[in-house]
Amino acid sequence: MTTQKVLFKNIDTFKGVTPCSYEQYVKGGGYEGAKAAFKKTPHEVQQVIKDSNLRGRGGAGFPTGLKWSFVPMDNFKGQKYLICNCDEMEPGTFKDRALVYGDPHQLIEGMLIAAYALQMTKGFIFIRYEYKKGARILEEACAEAKKHGFLGKKLLGTDFEFELDVHLSAGRYICGEETALINSLEGKRANPRSKPPFPQIKGFLGQPTIVNNVETFCNMPHILAHGADWFKGLGLNGNAGTKIMGASGRVKNPGLWELPLGVPMRDILEKHAQGPSRGKAFKAVIPGGLSTPMMTPEQFDTPMDFDSIAKAGSRLGTAGLIVFDEGDCMVDSTANIMKFYARESCGFCTPCREGIPWILDIVRAIGAGNGEKDDMSILDDMSKHIMHTFCAFAPGAQGPFLSAITTFRSEFEAFIKSREAAAAGVN
Amino acid sequence: MVPEHIRKELSDHCAHYDSRRVGLIWVLQQLQEYYGGWLNDDAVREAADIVGVTEADAEGVATFYNWFFREPVGENVIVVCDSISCHLCGCDKITAHLEKRLGIKMGETTADKKYTLLPVVCLGNCDKSPCLMIGDELYDNVTPESLDKTLDEISSKPKAAAK
Ligand SMILES: Cc1cc2nc3c(=O)[nH]c(=O)nc-3n(C[C@H](O)[C@H](O)[C@H](O)COP(=O)(O)O)c2cc1C
Ligand code: SF4
Ligand code: FES
Repeated sequence: MTTQKVLFKNIDTFKGVTPCSYEQYVKGGGYEGAKAAFKKTPHEVQQVIKDSNLRGRGGAGFPTGLKWSFVPMDNFKGQKYLICNCDEMEPGTFKDRALVYGDPHQLIEGMLIAAYALQMTKGFIFIRYEYKKGARILEEACAEAKKHGFLGKKLLGTDFEFELDVHLSAGRYICGEETALINSLEGKRANPRSKPPFPQIKGFLGQPTIVNNVETFCNMPHILAHGADWFKGLGLNGNAGTKIMGASGRVKNPGLWELPLGVPMRDILEKHAQGPSRGKAFKAVIPGGLSTPMMTPEQFDTPMDFDSIAKAGSRLGTAGLIVFDEGDCMVDSTANIMKFYARESCGFCTPCREGIPWILDIVRAIGAGNGEKDDMSILDDMSKHIMHTFCAFAPGAQGPFLSAITTFRSEFEAFIKSREAAAAGVN
Repeated sequence: MVPEHIRKELSDHCAHYDSRRVGLIWVLQQLQEYYGGWLNDDAVREAADIVGVTEADAEGVATFYNWFFREPVGENVIVVCDSISCHLCGCDKITAHLEKRLGIKMGETTADKKYTLLPVVCLGNCDKSPCLMIGDELYDNVTPESLDKTLDEISSKPKAAAK
């Protein structure tokens, strides 16, 4: 079965990514979705997105139409803002890079459609610092779009205007959390905000704001051009659309593939990523970027969609698989994982700021052969404490952490036991 | 202090937003570049003044983000990804090689001010692990040999003209 290429129509990551030009984009049907949208009322466009069952591609899978429905519409006369989240710092995730570097107009068109549907006249693309070249690509594409009447004033024969700015972040993983992102865009420290109020009501500069992921926006031109039913037909088992899936770590052919939402994980691991890279059997997979719980080989037939992966005890997240094999020490891997969270914690709340480094210290000590008998029960306790935090960052850290100390507990215990044995003079 | 015309450009940029403060990060980025890659106390004060926020606010922002440096850095900042996929694919070996070749540890700058070595979280390039960036350039599937070649090239280039 060859999958229909939709988002990757103009992108081949295996040949090297160069930005698709405006002319090329238009030749392939680009900006037809925007034209179709502008023939409808904003409410009708919102309805198409709702009917398409598009779910957010930023990690949480929240239905986009539902998210949008909280934005005040007809009687609201103030400024509203549209924001694209291209922070992409979740380890194991590299899809938005390909979408931005490979087909910038697809993102711009998606944002234009959303801006029209929500009647938001100002927008920002928030892009991580390390994608500086991507920011330049987007700026050039924005200028091109403006030249051709897809950004700016009096768009597509209407009175609608949309101004789009590219904001290069100064770097910090927490900026990806949407309320932290809004603070960052306001020129503040990227600490998350409490919800409610939700950004749809009170977001950027206190005004109604929508934050969507790059890939979420990139789906919109196609949905508007081909219709909600067509989009629903792209996925498997009742899932709507395709998904950019990735694999990295211990696979022979790491990369990105556009596949139907709901494709079995095994297809990605064996067919596309071509199996283990060094002849050792797979041991575990983190299915959707680092913040999702580990899954084990007996779960590899699970369909890669939001509900199926959730039922299997993990999360689809960003659908970037991180693959471990039998040669990988899970104590060492867990230390690496917790190092990431300890470093990137925004420091605002105590269980996260203090708890995660504490966990890291213990895991490192265990790995260095200095584990104590009580360490596992301390780690069990700590895994609960880091769930009581101000934002979803620390619960995100808990995902891989708790699954590691549960599924691979014997590896941790073996380290601790060998130390006890050594202390007792036993070999 | 930056020359008046640059100050005006920075200030005008802030005026383009619905709140001047939105421009703070951009202004800090421009000043960092202007002042040779890092922000000294005066630069932070200057940013606060241009944008119209308190010094404490500007300092809070300048110390929060990974890509603002409050200490001098070398001409080339090397950031090595040490997140999970690069960890599995051998980034520790790359770091060890760099430390040996440059004679510095992670977090340090060479005596000739040519290189600063820092860890970075996932570069969004995990299918080409291990990877690192030198300045704005990304290097894929790095090996000690490929790294030596790259560094030889950079080292042979004359120092960029100081501002
Ligand atoms: C710690 C943390 C980091 C996040 N990072 C990102 C990110 O880099 N990109 C992204 O699109 N969403 C990220 N999210 C999710 C966003 O908060 C938000 O849900 C998403 O941008 C909404 O877009 P969507 O509805 O289109 O999925 C992150 C969430 C958390 C808690
Ligand atoms: S959970 Fe962590 S990242 Fe989130 S607010 Fe608390 S300290 Fe900040
Ligand atoms: S883990 Fe190194 S680039 Fe993603």
